[in-house]
Amino acid sequence: MREVAVIGVGLTKFGDRWEAGIKDLAAEAGLAALEDAKIISSEIEALYGGIMSSGRFTDQEHFAALLADQIGLKHISAVRVENACASGGSAFRLGYMAVASGMHDIVVVGGVEKMTDVTVNEATTALGGAGDQEWELSQGITFPGLYALMARRHMHDYGTTQEQLASVAVKNHGNALANKYAQFHRKITIDDVMKSKMIADPLKLLDCSSICDGAAAVVLAPMEIAKKYTDTPIKVAGSAQVGDTLRLASRDSLTGIAATRIAADKALAQAGVERKDIDLAEVHDCFTIAEVMGVEDLGFYNKGEAAKAIAEGETMIDGKLPVNTSGGLKGCGHPVGATGVKQVVEVVEQLRGDAGARQVNGAEIGLTHNVGGSGATVVVHVFRRAD
Amino acid sequence: MERGVAKTWRSANARYNLTGVQCTNCKTAYFPPRMVCAKCGRDTKMVEKKFSGRGVIYSYTRIFVPPHDFTEEAPYTVAIIRLEEGPLVEGHLVDGKKPEIGASVRAVFRRMYTEGSEGLIHYHFKFEIV
Amino acid sequence: MSGILGYGVYIPAYRIKTEEIARVWQDDASSIEGSLHMKEKSVPGNDEDTATISVEAARRAVYHSGIDPKEIGAVYVGSESHPYAVKPTATIVAEAIEAGNDLTAADLEFACKAGTAAIQMAMGLVDSGMIKYGVAVGSDTSQGRPGDALEYTASAGGGAFVIGKRKEEVIAEILKTVSYTSDTPDFWRREGASFPSHGGRFTGDPSYFRHIANATTMLLDATGTTPKDFAYAVFHQPNGKFPLAVAKQLGFTEEQVRPGLITPLIGNTYSGCSLIGLAAVLDIARPGDKILVTSFGSGAGSDSFAIEVTPNIESKRQRLVRVSDAINRNKVYVDYAMYLKHRNSIRKW
Repeated sequence: MREVAVIGVGLTKFGDRWEAGIKDLAAEAGLAALEDAKIISSEIEALYGGIMSSGRFTDQEHFAALLADQIGLKHISAVRVENACASGGSAFRLGYMAVASGMHDIVVVGGVEKMTDVTVNEATTALGGAGDQEWELSQGITFPGLYALMARRHMHDYGTTQEQLASVAVKNHGNALANKYAQFHRKITIDDVMKSKMIADPLKLLDCSSICDGAAAVVLAPMEIAKKYTDTPIKVAGSAQVGDTLRLASRDSLTGIAATRIAADKALAQAGVERKDIDLAEVHDCFTIAEVMGVEDLGFYNKGEAAKAIAEGETMIDGKLPVNTSGGLKGCGHPVGATGVKQVVEVVEQLRGDAGARQVNGAEIGLTHNVGGSGATVVVHVFRRAD
Repeated sequence: MERGVAKTWRSANARYNLTGVQCTNCKTAYFPPRMVCAKCGRDTKMVEKKFSGRGVIYSYTRIFVPPHDFTEEAPYTVAIIRLEEGPLVEGHLVDGKKPEIGASVRAVFRRMYTEGSEGLIHYHFKFEIV
Repeated sequence: MSGILGYGVYIPAYRIKTEEIARVWQDDASSIEGSLHMKEKSVPGNDEDTATISVEAARRAVYHSGIDPKEIGAVYVGSESHPYAVKPTATIVAEAIEAGNDLTAADLEFACKAGTAAIQMAMGLVDSGMIKYGVAVGSDTSQGRPGDALEYTASAGGGAFVIGKRKEEVIAEILKTVSYTSDTPDFWRREGASFPSHGGRFTGDPSYFRHIANATTMLLDATGTTPKDFAYAVFHQPNGKFPLAVAKQLGFTEEQVRPGLITPLIGNTYSGCSLIGLAAVLDIARPGDKILVTSFGSGAGSDSFAIEVTPNIESKRQRLVRVSDAINRNKVYVDYAMYLKHRNSIRKW
């Protein structure tokens, strides 16, 4: 296998992008990444696009071919990848494998979701398809509902409090203040979270990531030619993807996501790094409880100990382990297919030292953690500076 | 959303009567029914298994923002129940009684949702706190 | 002749008080309570309808009877509030009691007496040898037009009976049944109408009283009995007052009627009414007791039954959910606004 580097990244502003359709969003991020990589279009051999449900959200299927055309890529191999909220991470891993295997040299990975062209009920229905439609969604169990069931049991087993969960949202909204691409630029308090509208008890509106629009893209190249394009290639040091049952109730535990633990072990082993070496992590915080379980399952904290540590500031940008410096899904918004790729963009910017006010000093090694559904797909990547 | 009628009809026995399957080898009971034992794989047979409907609440939530089909029902309470035969199963809690983890429940028969004023009415097991 | 092998009733948990309905319409609650002999009525949950009530009652009846549901040959559900205008409730019930597919099923409608009509039909099939067991259900989530007098009484609930004829299984033998039927338009609901209409006081003498009196008299004549021969009498009970009045007219005492008088506690469950009344009496009856039941359905007709309890009733009681338990389990009181929400009567458009 060849070593693979990220040589270019691009993002759109996340949020209510009323003026932009799905093509506009995808092209905006894709072109930004090509520009960043200073690459000639004819050099690109393949595109992998992570999109959860362009069909439900915009009635457009067959999206990868459309996107390739929109960013001026003619006659290339273009594949749409769907793994619910892990679509972006899964697409990135396929792009990585395509380059690592030697099948392709230059590959573009994109992620996009245009979610605001349907009503909230319709979006809730589409997102519910990330769980088991036949037994969960058909009984009206929404996606927030699944995480609420996990949160309730976590609170019961470990004494996790709603205020501790709220501290995840407060931290991530705080980080998003310094990210111009984030949907939210508003400082919030624990009280704001606690008083926000109930969505699925105990999860309130500000415990949930938003339904919004956005796109992200990166360009991958074999390490041996990466320096041709950039002075700061970022190496994909470890890549793992692990599955589990789609249906939450089919699993042994509701207080964690087993696939996260296994994926982290594999990706770290491939990268040859230990947990203590990680300088920052983008952790899948689709709900506040998801970040709590995420840092526990990734092995940064013992089960039941993360919520308290987060509330005490250990995962702030200047803390022991900075988590979601971008603002996470909470602060940036969660255009589903874009999220996994946006996490990569953030880690690359941090490792390049380009993160501005969000910069983690001396960051050398970063990790991304992208979850599909209630944990049926988990993708973990480890990145390190290669200059 | 309008859709074909066969979608819930094909699993009516499971939805009405909480009928699942059991592995003939390791005796693990499953709901919903599945073709292959998660522990023994393809080397064993699965047979029909009727659950008693008795169990305890393992977790619960109250859903305020529903999917499309449930706009008339919201808000409603759903739980994950630990059935006395072993498996966890998701289901609604009925009649507004305050749920608690560990509370005993029994299965009842209720309406799940209706497809508008002219479409099908879908019935399902739910759980009552006893 | 055929008899009862088991029975079950189901009453929703929700209740609304007469005084709460009276508050909304600015009626005098105490005079209504006095004239109807009713303090509260049952209200279906917003996920309950005639199908769910029928299933719960039928499951209890099958369990109580101890039979193998695969041997059920007929399922009849009587109601005036079937969830579908076309598509049987009875097939939902048959599936939910796991009766298999080797059976006949149909929905019946005869205002408040469709439940007793279901029993008669099941008896006919059992006695003719066409089937081994039949399940007869009477159940309703009845509708009263808001502001109408019926709103105080129209409630929700159901009863189910397993009919068979093997002596060792029968807990109460049905000695005789007769019916009195005429074309009397005292109460009706047209196709597509949300609420029934009625003939006011015309529902009294020419309707309720005439049909019940004639059917009961026919039964007494046919069996050579007098009111004294019966330990209990159950008459259709649209309110708490009519059954006492018709009993007195026919020569039955209040003591014979009281144990089966359930409407004052839960309201008029329409097709469920006579079946729940009979169930309440069977809950306490002793072997050898004779019970008279006369239903009434508007439109109009009455089915009258003479029933004798057998010794088998005692041993089966451990499998029984008594009417009093079905009524009193975790009651939840709702106000008028929640009542409308449960009935899906709040306009959102």
